[in-house]
Amino acid sequence: MGASGKAMIDSVALSVKGLSFSYGPQAALSGVGFDVQRGQCCILLGPNGAGKSTLFALITGLYHAREGRIALGGNEIKKSSFKALSQLGVVFQQSTLDLDLTIKQNLHYHAALHGISRKQAHNIIQQELERFEMFERLNEKIRHLNGGHRRRVEIARALLHKPSVLLLDEPTVGLDVPSRQAIVSYIHDLTKEQGLAVLWATHLIDEVYSTDQLVVLHHGKVKVTGTVSEVIEKVHAENLQDAFAHFTQKEVG
Amino acid sequence: MLLLHYLRAMRGIVGRELWRFVQQRERFFSALVRPMIWLFVFAAGFKSALGIAIAPPYETYILYEVYITPGLLGMIQLFNGMQSSLSMVYDREMGSMRILLVSPLPRSFLLISKLLAGTAVSIVQCYVFLAIAWCYGIEPPVMGYLWLFPALVVSGLMLGSLGMLLSSFIKQLENFAGVMNFVIFPMFFMSSALYPLWKLQESNEWLARLAEYNPFTKNVELIRFALYGQLNIEALYYTVASLLLFLFVAIQGYNPSRGMMNKKKGR
Repeated sequence: MGASGKAMIDSVALSVKGLSFSYGPQAALSGVGFDVQRGQCCILLGPNGAGKSTLFALITGLYHAREGRIALGGNEIKKSSFKALSQLGVVFQQSTLDLDLTIKQNLHYHAALHGISRKQAHNIIQQELERFEMFERLNEKIRHLNGGHRRRVEIARALLHKPSVLLLDEPTVGLDVPSRQAIVSYIHDLTKEQGLAVLWATHLIDEVYSTDQLVVLHHGKVKVTGTVSEVIEKVHAENLQDAFAHFTQKEVG
Repeated sequence: MLLLHYLRAMRGIVGRELWRFVQQRERFFSALVRPMIWLFVFAAGFKSALGIAIAPPYETYILYEVYITPGLLGMIQLFNGMQSSLSMVYDREMGSMRILLVSPLPRSFLLISKLLAGTAVSIVQCYVFLAIAWCYGIEPPVMGYLWLFPALVVSGLMLGSLGMLLSSFIKQLENFAGVMNFVIFPMFFMSSALYPLWKLQESNEWLARLAEYNPFTKNVELIRFALYGQLNIEALYYTVASLLLFLFVAIQGYNPSRGMMNKKKGR
């Protein structure tokens, strides 16, 4: 574990410890552990099949692992799922918006699930959409939005209930370069301005900032954690690309 | 405060389902066309072939159209329950079920709200169908329309929970054809929806026995009696018992620790 291990416990927004999970005899995750601090953007790098989707399914409480613990803001997801899930915002890999409903209806639905009153929801929706300059499109159906705009609506939705942890599962896949850059820089701003903790799964190395924390996952195991520069130094690599290749090709098994 | 959270969430879930239903016009249309074909075409063809004797809740000889109307209400709810199970499989694959399940309220509450939402949609369909049937000359007593409501709630929840149970086992969308063949058709035809059980008994004792224990038969009878302002208590007990059983198993199926979803390889 890198510098993050020495940080104070109460600044840990997301903590994963000794997590193992298997689909029948096939182990998907074994002994996975890492922390994400408030205000930190943690990139979860891993090739396809590394176990990223399984890890996300466990953090979002879709199913529970028999071994290990996941805590959000100190609340363990198995024991106090209400408190834990209240602190979590998620953008899934595939779009989860209702195409035939408007932006407004989609966002109000999410606000209702989190127990936010309509009036309050309206104010927050306005605030979140205005950041993306999308408030005037409130009554448009999702079907009529392009991919980049749909993603923005999903990010706005994930932030409606003011979570302390934001999970992003490859949110920029399939988007054009300007849309990608806009989303990457927006998310990084959020961590600085609001102290949000972000766990961002991706395999696109160009989305990683040098100040980001890194968790490299391969074959269901954490290969390395630390800041981007620490990870590069560790294996005396030229850049992150080489370091990533080092961790995901050499140490198989 | 927490109670308010529950109420808001439930209103949100039901509201979303109703909005979706209204906005998907083809779905609304096809949900109405199906029972109308049965009523206007099938029933017309069978009118003379089937004589229906006087049996409760009817007090006079009735036309075949009158007989099958409650069965068609049941069919609307059966299709609706199975379709919302399909949409749950679809939602799970596409992710909007995950948005529901990642929200903080207890999962059983979220699933029950989802069932209520599906039931609300099916009740709207049922009353629109009854309005059309009324124009066609099927005129149950006015009080019947009122009594029908609670019966439709119970029966809609029961069929919805059966659908939810199936959705926790079905892995892929394509299996809806299987649901059609192995659930919808047998349940519908092996019931009192289209013919009274004694008719079935005349031709096949064994089939009649099966039909008697078919929860859908009890559903249809509950609806039939309610539509004529009467309570079929046996049908009510049986429907509620099936509802509780299906609901219990369905909720287990979505339980994060024990669920069937555990056994499935992620998307």
